[in-house]
Amino acid sequence: MSTSSINVPSAGPIAGSRSFLSRLRNGDEVARLVTFLFAASVVLTTVLLVYELWIGAALSRHKFGLAFFFTRVWDPIAEQFGALPFIYGTLVTAAVSLLLAVPLGIGAAIFLAELAPQKLSDPLQFFIDLLAAVPSVIYGLLGVFIVIPMMREWVQPALKNTLGFLPLFQGPVYGMGFLTAGIVLAIMVIPYIISVSREVLLSVPRDQREAALALGSTRWESTWKVVVPFAKTGIMGSIFLALARALGETMAVTMVIGNTPTISSSLFSPGYSIAAVIANEFTEATGDMHLSALIELGLVLFLLTFILNGLARLLMLLTTQRGSGMGHA
Amino acid sequence: MKRLAGTLLLVVAFGGMLLAQNALLINGAGATFPYPIYSKWFDEYHKANGTQINYQSVGSGAGIKQVTEGTVDFGASDGPMNDDQIKAYRAKNGTGILHFPTVLGAVVPTYNVAGVSGALNFTPEALSGIFLGHISKWNDPAIAGANKGVNLPGNDIVVIHRSDGSGTTYIWTDYLSKVNSDWKDKVGKGTSVNWPVGLGGKGNEGVTGLIKQTPNSIGYVELIYAAQNKVPYGSVKNAAGTQVKADLASVTEAAAAAAKTIPDDFRVSITNAPGKNAYPISSFTWLLIPEKFKDTAKREALKGFLKWAITDGQGAVENLSYAKLPKEVVDKELKAISKVQ
Repeated sequence: MSTSSINVPSAGPIAGSRSFLSRLRNGDEVARLVTFLFAASVVLTTVLLVYELWIGAALSRHKFGLAFFFTRVWDPIAEQFGALPFIYGTLVTAAVSLLLAVPLGIGAAIFLAELAPQKLSDPLQFFIDLLAAVPSVIYGLLGVFIVIPMMREWVQPALKNTLGFLPLFQGPVYGMGFLTAGIVLAIMVIPYIISVSREVLLSVPRDQREAALALGSTRWESTWKVVVPFAKTGIMGSIFLALARALGETMAVTMVIGNTPTISSSLFSPGYSIAAVIANEFTEATGDMHLSALIELGLVLFLLTFILNGLARLLMLLTTQRGSGMGHA
Repeated sequence: MKRLAGTLLLVVAFGGMLLAQNALLINGAGATFPYPIYSKWFDEYHKANGTQINYQSVGSGAGIKQVTEGTVDFGASDGPMNDDQIKAYRAKNGTGILHFPTVLGAVVPTYNVAGVSGALNFTPEALSGIFLGHISKWNDPAIAGANKGVNLPGNDIVVIHRSDGSGTTYIWTDYLSKVNSDWKDKVGKGTSVNWPVGLGGKGNEGVTGLIKQTPNSIGYVELIYAAQNKVPYGSVKNAAGTQVKADLASVTEAAAAAAKTIPDDFRVSITNAPGKNAYPISSFTWLLIPEKFKDTAKREALKGFLKWAITDGQGAVENLSYAKLPKEVVDKELKAISKVQ
């Protein structure tokens, strides 16, 4: 018996699997690879950004270390830099803006989604989308020419007379300051809260509302006690979107906040925010230390946003009920 | 059809590249203050000569940085480069860098005081006291003493300064450092400083806007800005004791008075200059030109431009509210231009 030489193909890597290249000819795999690359590029950009900030801030990091977070002095001539007044200003203006924008925004969203007739809801939504698209410099001009005089002539003196016993409303009245910046920021972020919350509320399934009504609740009770809690995750998402905008807003803030690095318990006091000081001083910063300190401030802002977003996610995780819409955190 | 369009495009692009290479292009960047006059000069020089000079007004600091890095052929700055920056330039490029004054500017005090419509007189003590925060009311004797007959209110002074880094701040703080040793020790001079008091506005426009809106406020802006926007400003007492309200003649006189002692590298501050009618808060603005140029065509073009700018070009400056260079400085500069090799 002669054994004819038959070429038995080798078993290959694993019998049945195809090589990577041959898999690529399948359209699905290509789509998966390409979209993966897109997603990876976003992550890569973020990592690159943080890396560049880290490197750029090296000079300042080595000189000041952790004390950078706690020093109040910002002196480009003596080359002493500290981030505390800017962190304070950023947080205070964001807090004031959210305190004003969240109730107004969610209330308006509830009205538009649940209580308003269709003929009113759609045109109003159009205007709100317009508001969201206005550039921030315009809001800054609005702040300088309308909000500041209003604050200086009516609002701040009125607050001082009625609530002046609180340290929040004491001190000289300039018109610009933390409160004004907070108000301008609130005007800027309300459209985001309204748009996203309205979408989320509209997407609550009808049977939830109908079930509440069938059980005998009033229109308002079904809205407030059933629909809104169901949409809570989405609404909180809109608030954190608003927070992100408020933290990073530059032009509008620098035009109304007074640009003075101070920490004060009064909301009437002028202040400074991280984004504002970077925008103001970056182009003319000649000293390497000054530049490095500004870049480190950018890193601090990034860190701040990161921490606040993390806390936000944690909050959402802790308060999400089972069976609510978008229950994944 | 597609092939024809493609070929046509290629020809146009190639032709464009060839054309572009023929015209000489020089790049510069720096101070925003002289940008209007530089634009005008570059345009006129291009019409007369064909040389194209491209200038970006990104700020004095950025200008110094870019010329040191070599990304532009020349820089421009409202404040002269300090010794460290010159050393850094030499370390990076192996040659020195030369300063050439081109025009003069000035900074004026502007204010908004209830009931005061005319020009207020300020003394160096008053200005430094106000900006240090020591003088807090408008009817303080330091201010009232120079303004007899003016009814100054007892309101608090609201100080307004620049929030962005700027040559205007450099000139203002340089003057305050010269007239007040307390300011020199505590604050110093620079494009951005640690202001003891006051609110910050962005740009000349920001400061003017804030002053118009805030009663009982005082701030400082460039003379050109004040003149062109009809902002009321006050006079300042100079070193000779005269109250001078800034105008082009008094600014040129400040430079002329300092011209006698001007150093060879032209890096001089002319604030608080001697001279009977000299305006004390004046300053040069400089072009920063490398000492050695590898490209001969660019070097000759730039030298030609500079010669033109400080002689014929000076005819155009007063229309834009800049002050001319005094003759002594021009003569000295013409000799110094030969240093560029």
